[in-house]
Amino acid sequence: MANYTHFSYLLHLADNVLILGQRNAEWTGHGPALEQDIALTNISLDLVGQARNLYAHAAALYNEMDSGAKALVDHLLPRPWKAFGRELQEDDLAFLRDERQYLNLLITELPKGDWAFTILRQCFFSAYQKELYNQLLQCNDYQLAGIAEKSLKEVAYHLRWSSEWVIRLGDGTDESNRRINNAMQELWPFTGELFTKTGLETDAAQAGIVVHLQGIKDQWLQTVNAVFEQAGLTVPQTTPFQQGGKEGKHTEHMGYLLAEMQFLQRAYPNAAW
Amino acid sequence: MNFLSHDIKAVDAAQIWPILEEVKDPEVPVLSIIDLGIVRDVVLENTEVGQTIRIVITPTYSGCPAMETISMDIRLKLIERGFRNVHITQQLSPAWTTDWMSERGKEKLKAFGIAPPHYKPQVCNMDLFSDETIQCPRCNSYRTELISQFGSTACKALYRCNDCSEAFDYFKCH
Ligand SMILES: [Zn+2]
Repeated sequence: MANYTHFSYLLHLADNVLILGQRNAEWTGHGPALEQDIALTNISLDLVGQARNLYAHAAALYNEMDSGAKALVDHLLPRPWKAFGRELQEDDLAFLRDERQYLNLLITELPKGDWAFTILRQCFFSAYQKELYNQLLQCNDYQLAGIAEKSLKEVAYHLRWSSEWVIRLGDGTDESNRRINNAMQELWPFTGELFTKTGLETDAAQAGIVVHLQGIKDQWLQTVNAVFEQAGLTVPQTTPFQQGGKEGKHTEHMGYLLAEMQFLQRAYPNAAW
Repeated sequence: MNFLSHDIKAVDAAQIWPILEEVKDPEVPVLSIIDLGIVRDVVLENTEVGQTIRIVITPTYSGCPAMETISMDIRLKLIERGFRNVHITQQLSPAWTTDWMSERGKEKLKAFGIAPPHYKPQVCNMDLFSDETIQCPRCNSYRTELISQFGSTACKALYRCNDCSEAFDYFKCH
């Protein structure tokens, strides 16, 4: 019998890239230079594309579950969809869930801040995504492994681009250095959640998707430390403490993000381009 | 019902490929989807409701908006030739790579003014601040520099030639 316990973990993976993609897309038309505006928009497009693949996979998984398995994940399903009387689709998951049903990392939903904040967050996230998806390549769910394989090629470019910008800002002017250091102080408390085990990882492991968070953390630290060294930045000594996103407990910013992102599908259900 | 043998099916599928050659990449219209290397398989099935064509394509980038257009163009082109039952599926693994682009496709890209992706032996470098040496598609100079890793579409980077001073797109390694 197929195992469906990783449904929530797929949503977590999808939510991370959708929400970060949505945040980065706020820069469209507002980037500091045309080339960088386009770069960040391209990165957003990659992230939203990855989210789509993950939601489509989660929806397909749900549609083939028996009623017992469906009942176990019912609390994660979008309420408006239940009135549609049709199979679950990727857009239902992306646009019609309530805030508490989103399982993204808090770091992805924070407002875009200034350029330094956006850049450093992307660098943190891409370095994390690279290690995590490398582990997913080995998982039992071949569709998920395929999505990871596809995404990793894109992540390599995101990581390179954001790392170069962290270095440019850290090693740039007094002003750019001040801004990237501020971003560091604001973002660092949110990095702990990336490596904190929750029920999501336990459920995923039951389905044969085993993620070694400590291994991801070690590799992640190596990557970001190498960038920081070139940028002349130091890692804060404080212990990251912010968490809750993986359990659906979000910051005060999440509701506003969803209001904007979901407006169209809530006002015009099932609208398509 | 008389089902066709495997051999005859193979011949039929071979007739589909040239039709797909007529479907172009909407973002780089000199390239066909065969040049691009995104068509993985064409299978003909004879079922009780008639002949069905199954086409497997691989997306270039996860969020590539051209994939929707390409799927529709494939469908339209096949309907033009009288094939109505067409199923198009997307396959993610193995992930698409620019290695699958045909040599003819690379030549067409260059003639169109876009530097083609590097050939396989040259490893695409992910080291920070390293510039790949890209040849200018207009004057063939190697004195070029990277302007941005991300160009007009997800699959391209933006370069500048220091000899002819033109900016150009590079179809980056993937
Ligand atoms: Zn030139």
